[in-house]
Amino acid sequence: MRATRQLIGLVLVLGLAARPATCGDLKDLYFGEALYHAYQGQYFDALQRLDTELAQYHVLDEPKLDTLHYHINDAEFSVGDFELDYRMHQRAGRAIKAVLEGAVDEAVRNEAAFRLARIHFQKGQLDDALQALARIKGPVPEEIKGDLEFLRANVYMATGQPGEAVKVLSQLRSNERLAGFVAYNLSIALLQDGRTQEAIEQLDKAGQLPADDPATLAIRDKSNLVLGTMLFESGNFERARQSLDRVHLEGPFSNQALLRAGWAEASAQQYDRALVPWNILVGREPTDAAVQEVILAVPHAYASLKLHGRAALLYGRALELFSNQIERVDASIRSIREGQFLNALIREESREDETWVIRLRNLPDAPETYYLMELMASHDFQTALHNYLDLEDLRSRFIAWKTSLDAFDDIIRLRGQNYEPLLPEVDAQFRALDSRIRLRLEQRKHLAERLQAILTAPRPGYLATAEEQIAGERIALIEKRLGNSNDPESLALRQRAVRLRGALTWRLETEYNDRLTAAYVHLNELKAPLDALTRQYDAFVGTRQAATHSYVGYDVQIARLRERVGDALQRVDMLIARQGHMIETVAINQLEARRERLAVQQTEARFGVADSYDRAARAPSDAGGQ
Amino acid sequence: MRGLDEQIQEIKSDSLRMSAELSQLEEKLLYPSGTQVAIFVAVAKGDTMRLDAVRLQIDGQLVAHYIYSAKELQALRKGGVQRIYVGNVATGDHKLDVLVDGKLEGGADFSRTGQFTFRKEVKPRLVGLTLAGPRSGNTPITLGDW
Repeated sequence: MRATRQLIGLVLVLGLAARPATCGDLKDLYFGEALYHAYQGQYFDALQRLDTELAQYHVLDEPKLDTLHYHINDAEFSVGDFELDYRMHQRAGRAIKAVLEGAVDEAVRNEAAFRLARIHFQKGQLDDALQALARIKGPVPEEIKGDLEFLRANVYMATGQPGEAVKVLSQLRSNERLAGFVAYNLSIALLQDGRTQEAIEQLDKAGQLPADDPATLAIRDKSNLVLGTMLFESGNFERARQSLDRVHLEGPFSNQALLRAGWAEASAQQYDRALVPWNILVGREPTDAAVQEVILAVPHAYASLKLHGRAALLYGRALELFSNQIERVDASIRSIREGQFLNALIREESREDETWVIRLRNLPDAPETYYLMELMASHDFQTALHNYLDLEDLRSRFIAWKTSLDAFDDIIRLRGQNYEPLLPEVDAQFRALDSRIRLRLEQRKHLAERLQAILTAPRPGYLATAEEQIAGERIALIEKRLGNSNDPESLALRQRAVRLRGALTWRLETEYNDRLTAAYVHLNELKAPLDALTRQYDAFVGTRQAATHSYVGYDVQIARLRERVGDALQRVDMLIARQGHMIETVAINQLEARRERLAVQQTEARFGVADSYDRAARAPSDAGGQ
Repeated sequence: MRGLDEQIQEIKSDSLRMSAELSQLEEKLLYPSGTQVAIFVAVAKGDTMRLDAVRLQIDGQLVAHYIYSAKELQALRKGGVQRIYVGNVATGDHKLDVLVDGKLEGGADFSRTGQFTFRKEVKPRLVGLTLAGPRSGNTPITLGDW
């Protein structure tokens, strides 16, 4: 069962991959910007943007007025997803817990619980995942129903409850999007539950699913490979062959399938039929373990068919190939020790898309990657590698930040040099203007108050022109000078003065309404220039403050940041060295294991050459093969 | 192994905090709210045009000319929004000229221009541009107000 166990490995959890929470109409541009970065795999930028937005949102007095309010749950969920994608498992889940504990409706709370369970599951915290799932009660958003049940089944399988997983997965069979994942996992759950016959039947179904996308095709191939291997190990060679024959010839499992299909035939003593899949496989990439195994299996088949000359020839070729491959592995180990592997991995141009690991093997000057495809495709190695790349990315950022801080210092110094000689004079001019502006504003206010007052208690005298006021004062002076004298001349003059005052009063009284209206019009006409003056005043005050703010008060913050960045740079250098060493060690261990295997195969080939020549010599009619 | 992983997560957290602080500092120093204008680009929902480049002019001055990679275009099509430009303008009205170059599904080139006016007040001004292909039936360039 060793091969079967190796093949089954983990159940398929790809169906659980987090997708950034998308929303209908976007209302918050910065949330959209975070998604823009996340969709490109730039999780650092996405997190930084969203962390800032959420921090600002949570300190608002009226968050409901903020545009992020429309997406707040999606934003909190997305932070968790981005943190997981950025391999920050310790932090992931904090934001989602905040949603769970907040005042949200049941459907949102249930989605939060699902997302939290998924994070716990991915972190390997299975009890916590079960607890989070147990919190789900009531309505569940339609779009996550399938994912939720698929997760539940995965958690059951991971916690050793395959029977429960079978029940859940059986209910999920109608889900078209998850059909392949469900079919395969159901068979593995049945197998884990000891229901081998049902598992075989289920694998058979999974192996014949209609597939029109690469993921389902790969699941179908894997189902057929696992089924074929199980049947082969139970001695059912014919059915094993049928199952293995269904594996797609160009797919990722085809080498293993061809190898096992051949062994199924060979085990039934059908060596000529075994040679059909093996001869397809033998021409493939010679660094692949299945290809290397078949390089020895083919001459073995010819020997079994008593074609010893042909077998001797092929064993000879195998011997040469294994010797070459051992040299290649040695070169790879040397190259890794010289740091070339890490250099190849961090090449920018090789990481442009998701298939970069596969394309690495085609790089002419990266021999160290040839034997590491299997290793590099493993989840643990991918995590370690991505962490290494993240550290390299952080290192580049720290260096850029140091440069930015230097530039900020320059900006501040230059602004200081520019403003400091100018500002005292500007301030003095402003103070003079300020007092004049305040005076005019006071005057207008005073006039407005007076006009308001005469509305309730009419005072025509307040609306007299300067000329009229002077005339009134002169009449008053004349009246004072005339006093109370009763001589005829004074009496006549007093009468004239009374007439003049009467004429003045008449004019003021009769023109009062028109004058009041005109005064209001004039006062209102003052509004526009005074508003413009106020705006200019405010703009000046703002600009004056901005001038100071543009270079004062940054020294401490910049010094502190520079220290933190410098410290982080030292830490990241140390971590890069340690992470790189770990990756190199894992790679070298892998290569050394392959070298040992190649050495064993080399010995087998050497023995095969000698034995076949010996047998060919004893049966001369077969010498030279065909 | 576990200790190393924890240390890596820790430095990532620290870096995010530093990055946020640096962004704020940069904003205060280079783009104070009184003059800040940020222009964002989005692609209309479900639009299949291939966006090649966007060119922006504010008051006749070229401020951004961006050429899109396939990855960036994909991110826009999925609903992401790109901050294409951050800069400073005085308060008041400003003219924004937008030029969009792209390709239709069949491979034919197309080019669209749009002229808009936006008003800058005391607070930071966010300008959102939504782009649509000629065959989508939507307005090719829409200016949104945020």
